[in-house]
Amino acid sequence: MAEYAWRRERPLRGTTPRGTSLAAFIRRHKLAPYLLLAPGLAGIALVLLWPLVQVGMYAFQNYGLPQITGAEPTQWVGLGNFSTTFADSEFWLSLRTTVLFAAVVVPLTLITGTLVGLLLHRLGKKMAAFVSTAALLAWATPPVAASVLFYWLFNPDGGLVDWTLSKLPNWLVGNTDWAGFNWTTSGALPVYTVMTLLVVWQSFPFIAVTVLAGLKTVPAELYEAARVDGATPFRVFWRITYPLLKPIFLVLLLLSVIWDFNVFAQSYVLTGFPGNRDEFNLSLYIYDKAFQFPPSYGLGGALALIFTLILLVVTVGYVRASVRQGLLR
Amino acid sequence: MSRPVAVRRIKTVSLNGTAVLVALVTLFPIAWMISTAFKPSQEIFSLTPHLTPGHPTLGNFREVISGQASGIGSVWLFFRNSLAVTLATVLVASLVSLLASVAVARFRFRFRASVLIMLLIVQMIPGQALIIALFLDFNKLGLLENLLGLILVYAAQALPVSIWMLRNFVATVPRELEEAAAIDGAKAPTIFWRILFPLVAPGLVATSIFSFITAYNEFIVALTFLGQAHSTYTLPIYVTYFFNRGGAQWGPIMAASTMYTIPVVLFFLIVRRRLVTGLTAGAVKG
Repeated sequence: MAEYAWRRERPLRGTTPRGTSLAAFIRRHKLAPYLLLAPGLAGIALVLLWPLVQVGMYAFQNYGLPQITGAEPTQWVGLGNFSTTFADSEFWLSLRTTVLFAAVVVPLTLITGTLVGLLLHRLGKKMAAFVSTAALLAWATPPVAASVLFYWLFNPDGGLVDWTLSKLPNWLVGNTDWAGFNWTTSGALPVYTVMTLLVVWQSFPFIAVTVLAGLKTVPAELYEAARVDGATPFRVFWRITYPLLKPIFLVLLLLSVIWDFNVFAQSYVLTGFPGNRDEFNLSLYIYDKAFQFPPSYGLGGALALIFTLILLVVTVGYVRASVRQGLLR
Repeated sequence: MSRPVAVRRIKTVSLNGTAVLVALVTLFPIAWMISTAFKPSQEIFSLTPHLTPGHPTLGNFREVISGQASGIGSVWLFFRNSLAVTLATVLVASLVSLLASVAVARFRFRFRASVLIMLLIVQMIPGQALIIALFLDFNKLGLLENLLGLILVYAAQALPVSIWMLRNFVATVPRELEEAAAIDGAKAPTIFWRILFPLVAPGLVATSIFSFITAYNEFIVALTFLGQAHSTYTLPIYVTYFFNRGGAQWGPIMAASTMYTIPVVLFFLIVRRRLVTGLTAGAVKG
C-alpha cells in the first residue's frame, strides 16, 4: 500500500516544468557523465595542469628577484635558463646523485619486498600476521617522522649506530673511527647510505603486500606440480611465479622509480637543507634555485620542466603497461 | 620415516626463524623511537645505550605538550591542524571522486579513454615541479599561511588515484539494481544516494586511505605555503621546525614523532583488510 502511494506521488512531484526540462536537456544531450566529471576535472585542471603550464612558461622567462619585487618587468629569454642550468656543475652532480640513488634503492626495495612477500606466502597464519604487522608499522610511519628517527639513530652524538660500529672489531667494520662519525655532513655517500636504509625500510612493505596479493592468485596446483617434479625454489620462482606476476612487477618497478626519484622530505631532513650543497639531489637543487636567496622562478621552472620530462619517460612506460593490462576497460 | 619429518621440521624452524628476524629488524627503529621518547636525557646521552628506558619518564611528552621544547606551541595545536586538513581532504576527495568515478564506470562517452589516460599521467606529476606556480597562484588568492589552501591542493592531488580506484568499485555494483530502482520511478539522485552509495562505501574506505596518507604526510606544499606562520603548521612541518631548531632535544623530538605516528598506525590497523585493495588497486588491478 505504502509503495503504491509512493509510486503515485512521484510523477506529480516530477511534473514541475523546470525540473523536467532540465533533466530532459541533460538526457537529450547525454550531459550526465560530463556533469559528474566537472568538479573533479576542474580541481585537477586548476591545481595540477594549469600550474604545470605556468611553470613551463616561467622556464623561458627571466623571472628572478628584480621581477618578483617589481623593479624590472619579466622578459622572455628563450633557452637562457636551460643553458645556465646545463653550465652549472652542481646541477650535474645533483642529477648524478638522484640517478645513482634510484639505481641502488629501486632494485634493493624490489628484491627485499619480493623476498618478504614470498616469505609471508609460506608462513602460517599467526606468523604471517606478526610479520605483516611489523611491516605495516614501518609503512605507516610518516616519512618526516622516519627521517628524524633515522637522523637520530645515525647521530654522531649519542646515536646508536656509531656506538654499535665502534664496539665491533676492526676486521669487520674497517679502520674508520666510527665513534662520532657524522653520517649527514660527510658528503653524499654516507648520507645517501642512511637514506637508502630509510627508504628501503619504508617502501618494502608495499612491495611485499602487493606481491603477496599476486601470489594468492597463482593456482596452488602449479606449485604442487613443480614440487612433484623436484624443482628448486629458485627455479620455481623464475619459471612459475615471475612469469605469472610479471605485469605486477613491471608496475611496481615503474612506481618505485618514480617514488625514489621524488624523495624530498627525507633528503630535506637528512641533509639538513640547505646546509650541504654537495649532498643535494635534483629535488633539493630545484627547491634551492627556486626559493633560496636569490629566488629564481625562471631557473626553478626550467629545472621543474627537466624533472617532469625525465619522469614522463617513466610515466609513458607505466601508462603503456596499464593499457596492456586492460586497465582502461 | 623419521628423516622427512626431521627435514620438514628444520624447514619450518628456519622459515619461522627468518620471519621473526625480519619482523624484529623491521620493528627495531620504531622501538628505538618510542624508547627514546620515554628516556630521561641522561639516559639518552649515556655512554652505553640501552634498548629500554631504565627510569621511564613522561617528561618528554610533558615538554612537547606544554610547547616548551619546540617554542612555537603545544603539539595539540599542530595535531588539530593536521587532523582538520586531513579529514577535510578525505571528505572532499571522496565526494568529488565518487561523482567522477560514476561517470567513467557507468557511461560511455567520447573522451572517456582520454580522461583515464590523463588521470594516470597526472598522478605522476611531482610536487617539486608544481610548487613554484602553486606558491605564486595561492599567494595571489591569499591562501598561503592557512589551512584552506592546503586542503584545496591535497584534495586535488588525491583525485587522480581516487577516481582511478573508485571506478573499479562502482563497476562491480550490478547495473540491474539501479535499473530496477529506475523502473520503480526513483530519480538519479535517489539511486545515487540510496543504492550506489551504500554499495560503494567499502571502496570509499579504501580510497580514503590514499587521501588520508597524502594529506597527513604531505611535506613540500605545507613547507612552502605555511612559511613562518607557526600557528598554522601541520605535524610534519612542526616536527621539522622542532628538529631544525637544534639543541639535540632527542627526547622531546622522539616524543613528538611518536605522537605524529600513532594516528596513521591506528588508522592502518583499523582498515588493515582494505589496505591492500586500497593502496594497490590504484597501482595494480587485483
